[in-house]
Parts: sequence; structure tokens; C-alpha cells
Amino acid sequence: MSAPAAGTSTAGSNGPAPALPPAGPPLTPRRLARARRKAALARFWREFRRDRRGMVGLIVLAVMIAVALLAPLLANSRGLNPIYATATPNAGPSLHDPLGTDNDGRSVLTLLIWGARNSLLVGLTATLISILIGALVGVVAGHFGSIRARAGRLTDNLLMRATDWFLVVPFLPLAMVLARTIGPSLGVIILVIGLTSWAGTARIVRAQALAVETRPYLERAKALGAGHWHQMYRHVLPNVMPLLLANTILTVAGTILAETTLSFLGLGDPIRPTWGEMLGAAYSNGVGTGNIVWLLAPGIAVIVVVMAFTLVGHALETVLDPKLRGR
Amino acid sequence: MLEGARAAAEERSGTGAARSYGLARTLSVKVLSAAITLFVVLVGNFFLFRVLPADPAKNLTHNSALTASQLAAINRTFGLGLPLPQQFWNYLVQTFDGNLGRSFVNQLPVSQLIGQALWPTILLVGTSTVLSTVIGVWIGIRGGWNRGSRFDKSSTAFVNVLYAMPDFWLGMVLLITLAGKLAIFPDGGMHNFTGGGSGLSGLGDLLWHLTLPCLVLTLVYLAEYSLVMRSSLIDELKADYLLTARAKGLRDDLVRRRHAVPNALLPSVTLIMLNLGFVISGAITTETVFSWPGLGRLSYVALNAPDYPTLEGTFLLFSAAVIVANLIGDLLLTVFDPRVRQA
Amino acid sequence: MTLLELRDLTVTYFTEGGPVPAVRGVNLSLEAGQTLGLAGESGCGKSTIASSVLRLLPLSAKVTGQILFNGEDVLTMNWGRLRAVRWAGASIVFQGALHSLNPVRKTGSQIAEPILLHEPGVSKEAAARRVTDLLRSVGLPADRADSYPHELSGGQKQRVMIAMALACSPNLIIADEPTTALDVMIQAQVLNLITGLVSDRGIGMIMISHDLSVLSATCQRLAVMYAGRIVEEGPAHQVFTDARHPYAEALSWAFPIIGDIKTRMSPRGLPGDPPDPAAVPSGCSFHPRCAVAQSQCSTRDMELWPAGEGRWAACVRVLPDRHGESAAGPVKQGNDQPGEAVK
Repeated sequence: MSAPAAGTSTAGSNGPAPALPPAGPPLTPRRLARARRKAALARFWREFRRDRRGMVGLIVLAVMIAVALLAPLLANSRGLNPIYATATPNAGPSLHDPLGTDNDGRSVLTLLIWGARNSLLVGLTATLISILIGALVGVVAGHFGSIRARAGRLTDNLLMRATDWFLVVPFLPLAMVLARTIGPSLGVIILVIGLTSWAGTARIVRAQALAVETRPYLERAKALGAGHWHQMYRHVLPNVMPLLLANTILTVAGTILAETTLSFLGLGDPIRPTWGEMLGAAYSNGVGTGNIVWLLAPGIAVIVVVMAFTLVGHALETVLDPKLRGR
Repeated sequence: MLEGARAAAEERSGTGAARSYGLARTLSVKVLSAAITLFVVLVGNFFLFRVLPADPAKNLTHNSALTASQLAAINRTFGLGLPLPQQFWNYLVQTFDGNLGRSFVNQLPVSQLIGQALWPTILLVGTSTVLSTVIGVWIGIRGGWNRGSRFDKSSTAFVNVLYAMPDFWLGMVLLITLAGKLAIFPDGGMHNFTGGGSGLSGLGDLLWHLTLPCLVLTLVYLAEYSLVMRSSLIDELKADYLLTARAKGLRDDLVRRRHAVPNALLPSVTLIMLNLGFVISGAITTETVFSWPGLGRLSYVALNAPDYPTLEGTFLLFSAAVIVANLIGDLLLTVFDPRVRQA
Repeated sequence: MTLLELRDLTVTYFTEGGPVPAVRGVNLSLEAGQTLGLAGESGCGKSTIASSVLRLLPLSAKVTGQILFNGEDVLTMNWGRLRAVRWAGASIVFQGALHSLNPVRKTGSQIAEPILLHEPGVSKEAAARRVTDLLRSVGLPADRADSYPHELSGGQKQRVMIAMALACSPNLIIADEPTTALDVMIQAQVLNLITGLVSDRGIGMIMISHDLSVLSATCQRLAVMYAGRIVEEGPAHQVFTDARHPYAEALSWAFPIIGDIKTRMSPRGLPGDPPDPAAVPSGCSFHPRCAVAQSQCSTRDMELWPAGEGRWAACVRVLPDRHGESAAGPVKQGNDQPGEAVK
């Protein structure tokens, strides 16, 4: 046997190459792309599963989201209305109210469950705004910044100056001022957090976009006549997505903390309680002498949720960039 | 926020070969850049407070029931009827003059209120920053160098919990337990009712009041610093020059101290300084919880009054603090990182 | 006494994917003042051997066998003795001097560091004088001691590494790909420098490279590695021009000599890739890529068989066949021969 065989190296540590779809109707490019994407997702999920802390975080998040979604089933919304509260105010845990009551006599448990809903809602919505603005600015700046024309670099520069301003301005005073000027409500909080937190995302997305811009398929697309919008939407954005996803999860953690702080300072909506609201109310109503669970429960809830998001976010980062493993 | 700041810091320290020559020139460029940012902040401030509100006069006088002539008088005083560029110029002149308006609440000049509140905030933030930096960096180094050890695992878990904790919540819990129930510490304020006395007993009283709020701020910020330092050191661990150092026969702790840490510290410095600016405004909630008479509490009271001139003044100061902290961080990096300096 | 002797050295890395044998039973010896070249492609284990001589491998590596340095087994030395031997007994010139130098310390202090460490009686001034001498001996002006690594060119950095390796007058220098990252012209300069210094001072040297022509010009003996084992060893010139192992031959053809039309016009690539260390082929690990493989090559265990005066090769073709004649014959087409290496 003298024929030299081909190289014997096996695939890398990512496991065997993704299997092609089973033989069937003829493979169109779209079908092949879809099959590849499914295989990639499966591989991604397998990698993610290996991160124990990430899985713990994911389970906690799933529970929290379930609680938030099922709030109307878990706790009667009438319990939020002080008029219907008949229990002793500021009382410790009892059989009827496992977490005690607040100073209006409302059950802390009910408040906590509905607080989950509102806090997560605010957190996720604000993050959505923040990510949308940040990704848009980042992709546009990164794309136009890599063009050799002067106009492109100017766009990049202007956008980055604006980003720098938002990075520099301290979030809390800005939020306070905006909320006071426009008027306190949950919508304002969402808007304010969204407006003040997109800068970090924009920076990261821009860096990644600049890296993507140097790749050959973008040159090919340009040579084939792709316009700016097409390039950004179909080429740059998909390659920025994984990083963006990890960044989004981590941003939610920060957003929830920010919302907690703003609500604590009284800039939220007292009728739709969030955990921050509960803490603010506990503060202004001298919780020291009464039901301390009223103070502890929402705080612990915030810690748990923020940690869960952080763990999942870091796990995502590790899967996407194996160099980060072991942090 | 951490990740975005890290990207910014990497841009600065990694590829940061100054295009100019000479250390002095680099420094003056950075100072100029900070000044420009400050100017932009002033513009933003003006926009937020004078342009944005529907009726600035109402905001500026905190009075909903004004007669037409009173409104006209106010418009004249504040120059609100004038064209915008003129208003802006007046605003600039006034600000540089130190005139930040008068508080609604007590009619005192805002600059005076800020002046009074400045020292307590500097004391609180300064002390907690020093402590949190030193302790946080130490934890980060020790954890990062012995990655996976018991110390590393437990300190990382501890620090992650702290990072996820709202600072005012920690403050309230400590307040209720240590100051309320156990009465070890006072429940707020900076001095005793009687003024605390002078000299040593006054100092003791001050420290006694300072302990809890300082503890809260230290704990909350050391979390971030230790995480930054740890990941910075872990990044350095892969470096080739550490292998060279070991090959030379250096002991493990010398390799860490002389080679790894100085390199790992550089990007951390930028990040820590970036954070410092935000600590000053982050102290708002802690000062509120502990009734510490600093800028944070001042702005909180102003927020609820609402007292716009004071709010505007404190906002300006908070922004300026971030800019100054950034500048100092940039300068420190220039001084300590030979790659950023260009001969 | 032999300066360095490797006896049945085996290094296995324990990774997430399982154990990876990087070095599998290597035997080498080097007398004082001798020069040995160690050749092979990336991943064949040569850098692992370099690191293992001073016990610089990561903790996840398991090392068995013996590494006798002047009769003492490095693998069983206690920690203190090992640190004393490091650099003062044997030093390493690392590849990629780009990152092997600490970026935030001046080169002079990095060269002086091992001197001050191993010779505690030496004063700082005396060390500085020695640094100047060392720099001069590698052809650098004395003021380079005050520069930072990023201010030096690639060639200059490599010279600094050489000066640093000589700092404590070691008996053995291991040069790991010392010229790989350099331009060809600088390469020649640096190689001449190394060989000159080594022969002047009677230092034993192991030079590691994948470039056989470089090794044959600078070393007395040459050993070729493949998949963690030595497959050929002998006088450098003979191994280069008249290799007995098919892989060694292919390697010597892979580097056409500049200016030699014959070698440029008939490049000989080798199909396939080096085997994955975790899945080495049975029998002779080269047989899947070998143009003259026989049936026994996939089953028979290879050893280093004598292939001439002071030469060994791990190929069945050097064995006398049934008729008592050597069946070996280098695989050549026509009259081409790899030419003389450029001096």
C-alpha cells in the first residue's frame, strides 16, 4: 500500500462537522443555509449547556419570567389596591401573608409578584430601546467609518462624539433631570434609561463592525453593487449579532439596577409597583420598626435576577469567544 | 456599562500611540479635549434646562400661579425672551462667574449650597474610593493569579453578589440592623446634634458617622474594581514575557509583582478612573439613605422640591466630575504606560 | 560529563479533549561546547522539549523520563535548586521576541534582572556595566539599555534576547526559533552572531527551527522530529544533503536555497498535514504521507536504527534487507540535490 493518504487530522475541539440535511428534495441554497443555521444553533446550545453557571442563571431567569407572565394567576391584582387591603399594616410574615404587609396593609408577596412583572417589563423595554439605538449607531458608524471617503469618516466621527457625550454624562443626574422635566412615570423611566445607556453598546458594536468590514465577502458585495443599506443590514449586522446578544443580556442586568434606583428615588409610578418602588416606599415609611421582610424581599429579588442575567450573559460571551473561558 | 468602558479603555491604551510628539504636547492635547467636552456639557445643560422645558419660567420660579406682569418680569430677569444664542452667552458668563442662580427652597445662592455640600461628598467618596480601589485590586490580583482556587471561587461569588446589589438597599439593611436595632452606629447625618465637638473627639464623631455610608460605597465599588483587575490579570497571564521571567529563575510572587501586575494595572487604571467620575453621582442614593449632607443629598432634595436651579447646578458639577476624572485617568495612563508616551 | 542528556523524555498535555502526547520517548545528548539543531514542523514537540529542559511547562503537562543537566535530573530537583539552574546554568532565547520582553520595563533592567537575581553580591552599577558589555557584544549601542521594547526593531529585540540569555554566562543556551520572525538579511546577521558568541565562549547550544537549511549552516549535529519522536539524527551537513528518513528529506527540500536555480525550480511540497498529536498513526507515524511507505510501515514499531557513522534514522529502509544489503537509497529524481546552504 503505497498511495499516500490525505491528511489525517481530525476536526478541532468543536466536535464533528455539522451533518448535512438528509437526502430528500433537491438542496436549494436557502435550504442549505437553513440547515447550516440549525446545525450551528444546535452546536451553540450544546456549548452553552456546558457552562454550569450559565445554566443556573438561565433556569432562574425562566422561573422569573414565568412568574412575571403568570402574575394575574398567582396573585390577585386587587391586592395591589390599597383600598382593598384589610390586613394589619406593616405586619410581619403570617399564614395569610407569607411575606407580611406593607404600610398600607397590602401583601408583600402580591407586590413582589407584580413587581417582578413590572420590573422585568421596564428592564426589557428599556434595554430594547438602548440596544436598538446602540446597534444602529454602532453599525452605521462602523460601516461608514471604514469607507475611505471623507464623508464616511465624518459621519463616524460625529456619531462617536455624540456617543462620547452620552458616555461622559452621569446617568443618574441626567435621569433625574429628564424625569423631573417630563414628569414621573414608568414610560419616562424606560425612555430615560434607554437614552442614557446605549453608548456602551454603540462602542462595542462599532468595534465589531469595523472588524467585520475588513472581511472579504463585504468587498465582494460592494463589487457586486450592494448599496450601503444592503451591506449594513445583510452583512454587517448578522455578524455583529452574536456579540450584540451577549451585550444585550448584560445590559438588562444594568437596566434593572438602574430602574430600581430611579423608582427608589420616586420617579416611577406608585400605582404600578416595581421592586424599586417597593424599596422606595419602604424607605419613606420607616420600615425600620415594622416588617423588615418588606425591605429584604424586593432587594433579594433584584440581586437574584441581576445575577442571573449576568451569569447568562457571561456564559454567552464565553461560548462566542472561547478565549474568555475560565473567567 | 462596564463592557463599553472597557472597549473605550482598550482603544485608549492599546493602540494609543499619540500622533503628537513630546509628553507636554500630549498632555495639553488631552486637557484641551477635556475642556471641549466640558463645553459640550454646558451646551447640553443649557439645552436641558432652558430650552427643553415647555415653560422655563415656571421651572425657574417654581410658581404655577403667576400673573402676566410677574411672568414678564421674570422673563426679563432671566433673559428668557432674548434670542437663544444671547441667552446661551449670558448663561456661559454667569456660570463662569460662579453665579448658578438661587435655590427655590431657601433663596440661598446655589453656588453657596454646592460649596457647603462639596466637602462632605469629597470626604465620603474619596475615602470609599481609596478603600475600594486598594481592597478591590488586591482581591482581583489574588483571585486572578490563583484562578480556580478556593479564594478565587469564593471571592468571585461574593463580588458578583455585591455587583448585583442596589447600593441603597445595602445601606438600608445596614442602617436598620447596625444603627437601628443594634445601635452601634448613628442613624444618619454627619455630626451629632450638638455639633460633635472640636479636635479629636470631633474627629472621632465624624468617623463614627462616616463608617456606615463609607462601608456601603466601598463594598459596592470594590466589586467592580476587583472584577476588572481580575480579568485584566487573567489576560496578562497568557503573556510570553511571563515565561521569560520564570525562565530567569524568579520566584512566583516576584513574577507576579514585577511583571504581571504592572502590565495588568494599566488598563485597569483607565477603567477605574472612568468609574470614579460616576461614583460621585452614584453616591446620591447612599447619601440620601444616610442623610449625609453632600452633593448627592442636595440633588435628591432638589429633585423632590423641585428646585431647578440647584438641580441644574449639581448636574453641572456631576458632569464636570466625570470629565475631570476621565482626564486624570488619561493623564495617569500617559505617565505610566511607556507605549502611550512617544519620545 | 555530558552537558545535557534527555532519556526517554515523554511529555503529555492533559487538555479538555483528553491527554495529548506531545513528546514520545525522546533521547538526546549534548556535550559541552557542541551545537545541536532540532528540526521539525509546528506541533512536532520541539518547543515542548525546549520548555521542559528548565521545567517551564504548564501544570497540566505530565513529564516522565530524565533530563540530566550536568548529571543532575532537572525533573527531580527541588524548587530552589531549579531556580538557581534557570538562566545561570541554562538559558533560553525565546522566539517571537515581540512579546517575550516586558513592555513596561526598560531593556537594560530586564537584562540586569537575572544578574542581580543569581549573583547577589553584584552591585547595581556593576550589573549596569555588564549590561553595557553584553549589548556591545551583540552589536547594540549601550544607550539601548534605556529603551523600552516597543522602541526597538525586530532584529534589535532579538539581539536583546540574546544578550539577556548570555547575562549569567550559562553553560547551555536553547534558541527556540530565534530568527523565524525576522527578515532574511537580519536573519543571517543574528545567526552569525549567535554562532560566533557560542563558539567564542564554549557554550553548548540547541537551536530549534523548522528551517533545515539554517540549522545545517549553524549546528554541528542535526536531529529531525516528527509527531513527538526523533526520526533522524546525525552530522548536520549529512542529514541535510543526504537524509535517510523520507520526512527529513522532504523537509530539506522544502527550503529552496536563494540563488540556487535548481532548488527553486523544483519545490517539493509534502501532501497532507502533520498528524493530530492526539491521534497519531500506528507504526511509523509518517507512513500516511510517505511516498515510499511499505506494508510493514503501518504496523511495525519504529526505532532509531544506525544509518551510517554517527547517524541514526527511524526508517525501515536503512535496515539491511534479507540479502544483507542496505535497502536504503534516498528518493531522488534525476540528479537534483539540495545545494550547499548559504553561509
